[in-house]
Amino acid sequence: MATTQPKKQSSRLTQVANYPLDWLEERSGLVGGIKYFLFRKVPGDISWYHTLGSATLTAFLVQAITGVILAMYYKPDPDSAYESIQRITNDLTLGWLVRGMHRWGASVFIILMFFHMARVFLFGAYRYPRELNWIIGVLILATGMFEGFTGYLLPWDQTAYWASVVGININGTGPFVGPFLTSFLRSGSEIGPDTLSRFYALHMLAIPGALFALIGLHLYLVIRLGVAPNPWTQRGAGEERVEVPPRAGLTQPRPRGRVK
Amino acid sequence: MEPNRDQQPSSGPSLWPIGFALGVACVLVGLIVGWPVVAVGGAIAIVAGALWVRDASSSHTVPIEVEPETRAARDAARARANAAAPEEVPVADESDRYPRSVFLEGATLGIGVLIGGVITVPVLGFMVAPAFVNQHPKSVDLGPIDAFPENQYTIATFLRNPTQGEVSRRTAFVRNNGVVDGKPSFTIISNRCAHLGCPVQPSGPIFEARKKVEKTALGQQVTIIPTQPAGFGCPCHGGQYDTEGNRTAGPPVRALDRYDFNIVNGRLVLLGGYSVAFVDGEGAAAQIHRYKLSDPGQHVDGIESLLYPFQPPR
Repeated sequence: MATTQPKKQSSRLTQVANYPLDWLEERSGLVGGIKYFLFRKVPGDISWYHTLGSATLTAFLVQAITGVILAMYYKPDPDSAYESIQRITNDLTLGWLVRGMHRWGASVFIILMFFHMARVFLFGAYRYPRELNWIIGVLILATGMFEGFTGYLLPWDQTAYWASVVGININGTGPFVGPFLTSFLRSGSEIGPDTLSRFYALHMLAIPGALFALIGLHLYLVIRLGVAPNPWTQRGAGEERVEVPPRAGLTQPRPRGRVK
Repeated sequence: MEPNRDQQPSSGPSLWPIGFALGVACVLVGLIVGWPVVAVGGAIAIVAGALWVRDASSSHTVPIEVEPETRAARDAARARANAAAPEEVPVADESDRYPRSVFLEGATLGIGVLIGGVITVPVLGFMVAPAFVNQHPKSVDLGPIDAFPENQYTIATFLRNPTQGEVSRRTAFVRNNGVVDGKPSFTIISNRCAHLGCPVQPSGPIFEARKKVEKTALGQQVTIIPTQPAGFGCPCHGGQYDTEGNRTAGPPVRALDRYDFNIVNGRLVLLGGYSVAFVDGEGAAAQIHRYKLSDPGQHVDGIESLLYPFQPPR
């Protein structure tokens, strides 16, 4: 009896601890879903290169969160936009930090997207059956660039203004649709107060919504199709990890001389 | 419960829905372009819609072809029945040819699309249309003619649209060419670079000391600074222009834009702008090859201008 007593108590303790999770699981299946997402099988020989995608996702989430907070202080109006940015940077506590995170994080996001893209390309991970995910990734890249373009105008200083003038007019050189694209982006035939609020609305509502949707699709396909094995892998899918001597090739120095 | 798909009718293809869609599209375009187009589009939509309804309602009374692989046995039975008693079979099949579940499915989808369209189309129209309507430029009073010394360029800055405030401040290079044939002549060149829209600068001395500020309306003022340029240059990508605004070097695709003007009670009034391919001659005698105002970077003449056949109204 004495030996079974502590065991019974501990199991009751885990029961109590698990109760909220069980409650949630029974009603939503969310716990199982999250476990399925986090603890899915991946090839045994994946490396740090495979973390570039989740690094990009992290950069995007940082942009989303810092952006929402910046929007609490930013004023998208030609007469007060510049002053509100100055206030965020110089007066408000920690404003310099959050604006800096958003400003530099934008570049980090774009750079990581390119690194992630290079990894997928060089590892051949875009091939069947993952072509659709490559296409969605390209759409995410284009949407992310548009996010960068619309965000660049918001500080409303000379750099922002003239860079946006040039950017809008580059759109205008597009054949046939160019003249209409410029009018749409400027919200008229000249840059005016509506241009700034239009860029602000696109930057913080429309494009992030599209990005969230595209990233959701991207992740869905990653989970559905699994992580692509390395192109040089010797291991079959689902095989248990077996210690094998390192193979000469891309990651190991090639042995000198002829090997028989 | 799965709806019974075996009974789904396959009505023959009809082109009227396309006509109906074209009519609706015509109405929407007409909302921007003008009321006659709305009327034409409405007429097309009503006629095509009526014909569509007639087509759709009549197609259910005619016997329909069925896919042989799913209903081969039934077809055979029907063929036998037809051979025996041709009049009875269509009446018996009439009730289950268009089942309730299929009708409800279609109605739900159709109403959903209709509601979605009714909500989405005006909202998207509000996003796009204001950028393309009422873009006519306002005329701007630049002050008395005497404020502009003869045969000298001045840098005039003014509010293009005073209701928008300082964001609409624009700059033009104004040269008074004197009186020609009893009419004052002016050259008014926009400072918007024809490459990608940066502000071009006069290449020469700027006489800040002779700056004048003309009060033109309540709270509005025009600053006029004389300058002596050998040409104009753009700081962004190095486009260079001569004193008539002709491109002399760099990436611009045409000459600098110009403004039309009017003289009202001895005052210079700026009107809308226009684009210029190139200018022959100088000053009042200049031959200006003018085109409809285009955005920077767009060719107005030559073969490349075929890339920009349409310009939004302004």
